[in-house]
Amino acid sequence: MKLITFGSDKIASSVLLALGLVSFVIPFCNLALPVDSALHFSAYTVSLIGKYLTFALLGLSLDLVWGYCGILALGQGAFFALGGYAMGMYLMRQIGTRGVYGDPLLPDFMVFLNWKELPWYWLGFDQFWFALLMVVLVPGVLAFVFGWLAFRSRVTGVYLSIITQALTYALLLAFFRNEMGFGGNNGLTDFKELLGFNIQSEDLRAVLLGVTGITLMATFVLSRWVVNTKLGRVVTAIRDQESRVRFLGYRVEMYKLWIFVFAAMIAGVAGALYVPQVGIINPSEFSPLNSLEIVIWVAMGGRGTLYGAIIGAVLVNFSKTVLTGLLPEIWLFSLGAIFVFVTVFLPDGIVGLMRRKLQERAA
Amino acid sequence: MNTFAETIEGQLDTRHGPILYLEDVSVSFDGFKALNDLSLYIDAGELRCLIGPNGAGKTTLMDVITGKTRPDTGSVFFGQTIDLLKMDEPEIAQAGICRKFQKPSVFDALTVFENLELALKADKRTWPTLFHRLSATQYDRINHVIETIGLMSCNQHRAGILSHGQKQWLEIGMLLMQEPKVMLVDEPIAGMTHQEVERTAELLLSLQGQHSIVVVEHDMEFVRSIASKVTVLHEGSVLTEGTMDEVQNDPRVIQVYLGG
Repeated sequence: MKLITFGSDKIASSVLLALGLVSFVIPFCNLALPVDSALHFSAYTVSLIGKYLTFALLGLSLDLVWGYCGILALGQGAFFALGGYAMGMYLMRQIGTRGVYGDPLLPDFMVFLNWKELPWYWLGFDQFWFALLMVVLVPGVLAFVFGWLAFRSRVTGVYLSIITQALTYALLLAFFRNEMGFGGNNGLTDFKELLGFNIQSEDLRAVLLGVTGITLMATFVLSRWVVNTKLGRVVTAIRDQESRVRFLGYRVEMYKLWIFVFAAMIAGVAGALYVPQVGIINPSEFSPLNSLEIVIWVAMGGRGTLYGAIIGAVLVNFSKTVLTGLLPEIWLFSLGAIFVFVTVFLPDGIVGLMRRKLQERAA
Repeated sequence: MNTFAETIEGQLDTRHGPILYLEDVSVSFDGFKALNDLSLYIDAGELRCLIGPNGAGKTTLMDVITGKTRPDTGSVFFGQTIDLLKMDEPEIAQAGICRKFQKPSVFDALTVFENLELALKADKRTWPTLFHRLSATQYDRINHVIETIGLMSCNQHRAGILSHGQKQWLEIGMLLMQEPKVMLVDEPIAGMTHQEVERTAELLLSLQGQHSIVVVEHDMEFVRSIASKVTVLHEGSVLTEGTMDEVQNDPRVIQVYLGG
């Protein structure tokens, strides 16, 4: 049995190679080369690429549930945002007395609200390891509870998609409230330090890009291993013939739950890597529209391939950066046009097209 | 091995002969009685054929046994002690009651080998499945089944590209992989060539004794070639039971089939 079949898969190996280059070469060019060098990447570019890579990780997580298990989850952004908030809470507690009000314990927004004590759920977030744990645990537990209820009641198809949208929308409304203790509509921002390093510094930005790239590569390899195990094959079988799998003796709901929780944790990690690179997390990350965009990335790249999600996320977000810069008012129309085009002409996404070309050349 | 399957195996009691007991089972859909006070007993190791005109309740009967449909009234027991109405589909499948569907349902995206691997009798919980590696014995067993169902030449092909008859065979192979106590086989020879039909008959005959087999089939010639005992269903209940000759000469059966 082949454990991981990279050798035979040209696209997968190329994507992995490209990620390796991005994670090491760009930070190197940013830090080691002089600013006037032609190969120097600006701090802005570095953060931008870092952000794309966190989106790629998020897209990959959706591909696991949608592309492999057939669950069209339209609330993947919620797990991303929760991971982001967990990291944001750590960064807030690192501010300490450097806030506007200079309170050693309370973040500024709490002082502003006249709160006297730190809420219990903020305890522990001064420790980095604790925050990291929460980054995977909070999305994981929410996905577990939600998935347990939904999959056990055999909610599937469009109904499941709708309740995942409702989930992320409910969280959006909840996090908007000041009383929740997560900074209301302003969210968490004005971060100063990450692990003692200045969060604005170019060095940290470059390192964060490297860390994001390596995390993405590791998650890609791990996910590829998972989908190539027998569990991965059961999950694929559920996508194609759910009831038949039940009659083979598998508890379908447990398999869906497994992959859903695994993907939610990956989304949480993506969110945690995103927040220090953009410097803010606010409730708009829970917006249902964000979760819909993720579906477009995956559809455009190509479902059920993992690397398709990476390619799609990077390409769509790159064009978003370009188009919102040039013609901000047409961005949403072009996004819609991309989705229609892909659905009609490229049902297997860009990756499907690449595969066809590779096959033609081989034949 | 799976603890649940083992527990069930310890409890299975067939000392009185039958392995499946269905008593006074009724199922209705929107007022239509698909099964009407049906009682049926299947002996351990027997090969039984179910026939009956369309709408007689054959498929509903299989749905009830495998947990897909809950009857309104009646009882369904596996052996003397195991109440199937308290179990759901995966539990019933793990207990050893396996089913081949009327429309061949194999996993198109997976290869023939992988289809059989998923059906393999093994611990079916998530974590053991994640770390599952095929043992040499299991590997041989899969290859043995591939040989039995005559798909040696296409074991690495995706199931989606197989012919209709080959899919039927693959699904029979998936049944064999589960090492079932009871096999429910719904229309096994639809879409098969004459030779394939003969091989299916041989296979089913060779399996009786080790497994209890219930076959639903419309092809009377095929039924005659395999069955020692035939049950005729009509309007949701058992019309008559007996050898093929007995039921074919039963005036009630003739009336049901020819209309009157």
